[in-house]
Parts: sequence; structure tokens; C-alpha cells
Amino acid sequence: MIPQRQIAPVASLTVPALSISGLSVAYDDTIVVGDVDARFMSGTMTAIIGPNGAGKSSLLKATLGIVPKLAGHVAFFGEPLDTVRDRVAYVPQRAGVDWDFPARVLDVVLMGLYGELGIFGRLRPSHEKRAMDCIARVGLTDFARRQIGALSGGQQQRVFLARALAQRADILLLDEPFAGVDAATEKALVQVLHALRGEGLAIVAVHHDLATVPAYFDHVLLLNRRRIAEGPVATAFTEKALAQTYGARGAAHA
Amino acid sequence: MAPAALPMPDAFLLQAGYNATFVTLGSMLLGMAAGVTGTFLYLRKRSLISDALAHATLPGVGLAFLLMVALGGDGRSLPLLLAGAGLSALAGLLCVHLLSTRTRLPLDAAIGAVLSVSYGLGIVILTVIQALSAGRQAGLEGFLLGSAAGMLRSDALLIGFGGAAAALLAILFRRPLLLVAFDPGYAATRGVSPARTDLMLMVLVLAVTLTGLKVVGLILIVALLIIPPVAARLWSDRAGVVVAVAGGIGGAAGYGGAAASAMAPDLPTGAVIVLLAFAAFVISLLVGPVRGVIPQALRRARMRGHLDGAG
Repeated sequence: MIPQRQIAPVASLTVPALSISGLSVAYDDTIVVGDVDARFMSGTMTAIIGPNGAGKSSLLKATLGIVPKLAGHVAFFGEPLDTVRDRVAYVPQRAGVDWDFPARVLDVVLMGLYGELGIFGRLRPSHEKRAMDCIARVGLTDFARRQIGALSGGQQQRVFLARALAQRADILLLDEPFAGVDAATEKALVQVLHALRGEGLAIVAVHHDLATVPAYFDHVLLLNRRRIAEGPVATAFTEKALAQTYGARGAAHA
Repeated sequence: MAPAALPMPDAFLLQAGYNATFVTLGSMLLGMAAGVTGTFLYLRKRSLISDALAHATLPGVGLAFLLMVALGGDGRSLPLLLAGAGLSALAGLLCVHLLSTRTRLPLDAAIGAVLSVSYGLGIVILTVIQALSAGRQAGLEGFLLGSAAGMLRSDALLIGFGGAAAALLAILFRRPLLLVAFDPGYAATRGVSPARTDLMLMVLVLAVTLTGLKVVGLILIVALLIIPPVAARLWSDRAGVVVAVAGGIGGAAGYGGAAASAMAPDLPTGAVIVLLAFAAFVISLLVGPVRGVIPQALRRARMRGHLDGAG
């Protein structure tokens, strides 16, 4: 059976799962994210959208401390990342790792348990069972003992999602989860993400396809180096905001 | 049992004398350590850094020798020579790091530059030592290509314990090492610093390199760090198994090379060890169950058979 999530304490319903204030990121002497404020609540699913080079991935990585912040403040559930690491799961871009690595699907998903196992903790059958449950949830049970290089792109993306699930996090940050996956996988991923949102998780995903935003997400953050608009899809995902974000061409596309 | 009656040469059965036995077992532990730490280095795609590291030991060896002679010693203390080697290897590593992160020089160019310059500097210092004919410089050449013959028991113990300690530490810390090797960005979000983990890996590789200098030599130690992992990768798709197989191949090569060297002291030990490791690689390439040429051909043939049967 799928392990049931613990219900988040009432206080966390009012404290944002993630709040960012005045965040700036620079590479060399180029500002790629400038003074961005944003709040992401538990039980919502937010798309971060914007043109190429808008700083979407950089925003995510700076939030998670993978790249340094130039300025700004980030809090998960009102606390610094260091104290709540296990509640925060990152699902990186599939293209970022070497899939020829000698690991099976199960081995990668077990990496999600690192926070519990630590460096020296003993791997128990219960850990393996939990990893298998997460693998089942993304529909990869038959592939659990395959080498990860033998999987299709969509299956690899699901492995990353299963690794994040194994962590039992309360917020998921995904970097282009639907890039290069087929329509069936995209649908399966969205179903899992919607179920997680229903369980009270905050979902934040860098997303490219404007056409699917209203169907998949309930909130958006429109980004082009700075914050253009933020809020529920119904009020923030407007023609005007898109034109500001992408220029005229992008607005026509939406 | 009577050693003379056995078909195998004595040294391979550890019957060539007390000293040779220590040297052979020490080399085996060193080979295991190189295979194990080399696998983590290979999976992190940093194998070539170890080549720069190894070559950068040479100036330190020469300077340590000169310093000892200047202070009235004979310049042959292995721990002090290795201390000098370690310091100059760290300097070389720092140069590679600064060149590849603070300038536009790519990593491979930085490695090539540091490797050749420090080797050139080391050779100049060795030539100066020879010209001075100070102390008994005999033995310093052994650091280039390795020479197990004439090694002292204390040297062998140092090498064996150093190697075993490095291998043990690498296995104990396998989880963060593999996490960073596979996905450094994700590792960072779990509180495992890629920079600190890489530093630990480099220290382990440095320890193996230093303990291996006397046996394998600085020119060839890189081969002992690279060949066992790539051979082992042909046997399994699981990182833990690859680490174990690489340790086994490295250990066998170290054992065989030191034994051969005990029988024929003129043979350069390092070269023999590396050739043995290469033989293991060729065998793995042919019969390795996961990616070996023959098992792959058999699988293809079987698949074709299924197609024919279906058609």
C-alpha cells in the first residue's frame, strides 16, 4: 500500500511552504534574477513560467542553495532550509545527470532516504519497501531492478519523482518535469502531482507549455528576470501579464 | 608443504622470504585501495585529476631529499620523502583548482599544464641532485616507475596500512560519495556539500597516490586508479559491486606485480602491476556479463533467433 502522509500541523497552513523575498542571483556580472518576491502555499500547485533565460531554473536553484544568492531571503515553512531539509524535495532536470551511472531504479530512489539513513545508518527492509511503494506510485514497479540507462526519458523523470516521494517531503520543487517526455507520461506525472497537492503538499514547477497551465496548475509566477505577476491562474495568468513576460509573440501563443 | 615441489614460483605463494611476503601483501592492499578509491573518482568523472596529482609529487620528493641532506641526513627516510610529495601534490591540486575555476582555462588544459610543468620541475631537481651526488640518491628514480625490490619491511607496512585505511574510509563514506557523483545538485539540497565531498575524495586519492609512489611509481599510479574501475564497470550495473570488483582487480594486480618483482628484481614493479590490471581489463571487455563483447554478441544472437523463430 501507499504510505499515508502525516497531516501537516495547522500552523503550517498559514505559514507559506516557501517564501522568497528580494531574491537576486547573478552569474559573473549578469543579473539573472532580480529582486523577486514570491510565496507558495501548501496544497497549491504553481507554475513558474517565462521565456528562455528568464531565470526560472536559477530561481529554483538559488532557493535550494545549489547556486549562491546575491541577495535576498528564503524560508521554507518559516524556517531556513538547513533546519527543514527533509521536508523539501528537489526534482532536477533529467538532462543534468549521467544515466549511464551504475545504479538501478531502486538504488536512485533509495537516495531519497539519505536524510534518514545518514552516512552510516543501516539500510533495512522497511526502507527498501518504502522505496518500492514510491516506485509503484509512479508506475515503475516492473522496472525497479533495471539499470537507469535502460529507461526512456519519461521513465527517468518518474524515477526522479519517486526519489522525491521517498523523502516524504512537504514541498516539491521540480525543474521542467515535462521536458522531453511523451504525452502519456506527462499525464501520469500530472496525476501523481495532483494527488500530492490533494494531500497538502506544495508543488512548484518550472514549466514551458503555456497551453497546459490552466489545466495543470492553480497558481502561476510569471518571471522574466524580475517578477511580472504572481497569483491564482484565474487572476494572474492574463493576456497583459503574458505580453509583459514574453513580448507580443508569446502572448499570441497563449 | 615443500615449496620447491610446487609448480608455482615461490613468490606467488608468499614463500620467497619474510620481507618479500610483506612487500607482496602491502602491494595487494595498495592495489585494492586504488581500485576502490579509483572507482569513486571514475564515477565522479575526475579520473585524470589523479594524473596531475601524481606528477605533482615529484618536485616534493626531490626537495624533501635535498632538505634532508642539507640537514645532515642521508635523504632516504620514506615518511619524509612522502611528506614532501604530499605537500607538492596539494600545491599542484590547488593550481588545477584555481586554473579551472578562476580562469577560462578548461579542466583538461589545467590538468595538462600542471602535470607537465610539475613533472619538468621534478626532473630538473632530480638532475641537480645527481650532479651534486649528495647523499645516496639511489632510490629516487624508483619513484618514477616503482620498485618493490629492495623495499624495507617498514616501507611495506606503511604502504599496506595506508592503502587499507584509504579503502576503508572510501567504503564508509560511500553514500555521500555516490550521491555527489550521481547528482551533485540534488546532493546539495540534502545537505551534502559537493565541494567538501570532492575534497574528501581528493584527500583519499592523494593518500593512495602517496602510498603507491614507491611500488607503482608516479607515472603509472594513474593507471591503477583508472583501469580497475573501468574493467569492473563491465561486470555490473550496481555501484557497490563495481567498487568491490575494482578492489579485487587492483588487489590481484598489486599482488602479482610485487611477486613477479620479487623473482626478477630488475622488472619495474609498477609497469608489471599496470600490465596485469590491463590484462584484467581485456578479459572483462571480452567476458564481462553486463557489457562484455561476447555476452553482448550472444544476447544479440539469441534475439535474432527469436525473430527467426517468430517469422
